[in-house]
Amino acid sequence: MSLLDIKNLSVEFQTAHGMFRAVDGVNFNVDKGQILSIVGESGSGKSVSMLALMGLLPWTAKVTADVMTFDGIDLLSISKKERRKIIGKDISMIFQEPMTSLNPCFTVGYQIMEVMKEHLGGTKKELEKRAVELLGMVGIPAPESRLKAYPHQMSGGMNQRVMIAMMIACKPRLLIADEPTTALDVTIQAQILELLVELQKKQDMALVLITHDMGVVAETAERVVVQYAGQQVEKQEVKGLFNHPGHPYTHALLNALPERATDKHLPSIPGVVPGQLDRPKGCLFSPRCEFATDLCHATPPTTTNGVLCHYPLQDGVPTGHPGGQQSKVAGGNG
Amino acid sequence: MIRFIISKLGLLIPTFIGVTLIAFAFIRVLPGDPIELLAGERGVSPERHAELMALFGFDKPMWEQYIIFLGNILQGDLGQSFITKQPVLDEFLTRFPATVELALCAIIFATLIGLPAGIIAAVKRGSAFDHSLMGVSLAGYSMPIFWWGLLLIILFSSPDMLGWTPVSGRMSAMFWVEPTTGFMLIDTLFFSEEEGAFGSAIHHLILPTIVLGTIPMAVIARQTRSAMLEVLGEDYVRTARAKGLPVGRVIGLHALRNALITVVTVIGLQVGVLLAGAILTESIFSWPGIGKWMVDAIFRRDYFAVQGGLIMVAGIVMIVNLVVDFLYGLINPRILHTR
Repeated sequence: MSLLDIKNLSVEFQTAHGMFRAVDGVNFNVDKGQILSIVGESGSGKSVSMLALMGLLPWTAKVTADVMTFDGIDLLSISKKERRKIIGKDISMIFQEPMTSLNPCFTVGYQIMEVMKEHLGGTKKELEKRAVELLGMVGIPAPESRLKAYPHQMSGGMNQRVMIAMMIACKPRLLIADEPTTALDVTIQAQILELLVELQKKQDMALVLITHDMGVVAETAERVVVQYAGQQVEKQEVKGLFNHPGHPYTHALLNALPERATDKHLPSIPGVVPGQLDRPKGCLFSPRCEFATDLCHATPPTTTNGVLCHYPLQDGVPTGHPGGQQSKVAGGNG
Repeated sequence: MIRFIISKLGLLIPTFIGVTLIAFAFIRVLPGDPIELLAGERGVSPERHAELMALFGFDKPMWEQYIIFLGNILQGDLGQSFITKQPVLDEFLTRFPATVELALCAIIFATLIGLPAGIIAAVKRGSAFDHSLMGVSLAGYSMPIFWWGLLLIILFSSPDMLGWTPVSGRMSAMFWVEPTTGFMLIDTLFFSEEEGAFGSAIHHLILPTIVLGTIPMAVIARQTRSAMLEVLGEDYVRTARAKGLPVGRVIGLHALRNALITVVTVIGLQVGVLLAGAILTESIFSWPGIGKWMVDAIFRRDYFAVQGGLIMVAGIVMIVNLVVDFLYGLINPRILHTR
């Protein structure tokens, strides 16, 4: 049995223009001690699906799923109180903006000890000892003296380390990292990723890494889910994904990596992710897809072999595409 | 910390000088001279006029008058009342506890109701409670105090209506309480043998407290609501929820602690509103505090009393604001702890 099992997860938001579907039928599972990466552009519903899992969405959100279980516990049917016993303890989440994700009014020591006190209990002395241990573990120098520091007295990278210390304090079995390095500068990004992977190995926890950076995916993940406009367009092992992307969108994302650029200009994907008011009728990616046909514009595709496409790529060639072999992808790598 | 306090204290000095200038100018800019004004329609003989001008020092040059005036203030001398011949400071201090007692009760009442109401409205944003609270607080804020006071008196004090509360004063005439601290609640509770006096003191406080507390309550409720709304959307509130903390802790500790930074400032600013409101409230309820005393002084043309009262009230508001600044520093670690 998987540690985390999600089938057909959808999240809708109530807006002034009716319901907006931010996450649409997402399926994946994470096994114990595994690293799964969720990739996609801004607005592709990566964070929202994980916030739905945590129960952190505002009340305007409507979450539905066929299955949403953690370690066999049905997260959809348990009460809010029961869920609070799980989140922060067995499932925890770190966020994008370390500078604003910590409470400016409390010391970092207090914020770390608070979560342990809530879930594990213990005397002040024990908690302090463990907090120092955790701060040391995430690579903060002179951890004893940092207990009394406030978040504004530390840098973004340090704050993200504190955040990680806080969220692994109760030894979670699943850690969700929502773009943990996006707000940090490049030299710190690699350090934080390394730290996360190291902690994941040491504590044998599963890690869900949300990112829009394919480089991060290549370095860390074992399995990858690619999301586009709330839909899951591809799900693969990381090796297969990089060598044989099945969805034109995945292919385009990979092509946009600077390391893969063959031309003077870095290829990009024209257009933006559709919003609530300009959702295409057929395949959501069709307006930006180089292979889109009338079929793509008119009918939504179904998932075959983990790829949501009418003409899934096989070695860079869209199978069943009316253009045949001529339509081999540009800058082909298949 | 010490530097923070000193820098705040440094700001008080120019403000205080400004206040003394206004108080000083207030008597002197009136048309005619103070002695003529005092004499009123009866008039005064030229010899007596010159004598009185010399007595009060009005014959000296303006700058010299101001220096003497400032020197006297610094020595705690606010002059003598024309009417009672008592030192203004003594008169002020005798009545001051009554005002403080009323103002404290009003601000406690306003905070106890306004703060939780604002929090609930923010958490249940858009609910019926939220809308009605905002409506009621707008009404409360716009209510003229004298009208609101009379309305409550008619409803609660009039024997024809409910007749629950007394109409005026601090204490029923049946009791005599020796002023020890000047605070009626404390004096009746700890220093008086009279049975029932404490109850009577509370009884007399209810309506003035509500009347004086209504505007601050409305302001506090609205400010708490907007501060909470802002804070509830912050990332650290989401973090607190992601830690699996109970709702009460997320809202009452993580969110409220941050929202309080603005709310405390607002509560502090209400002190000025309270002292201004006290003038009306005390007049309505014949409450023997400084508000009523100053109104009486104005009607009796007791200029030195008005001048002294002005300086004292301004000084008190300044000191309260200093305390609020200090509290602000305590609540918001970003002010006191710098890298």
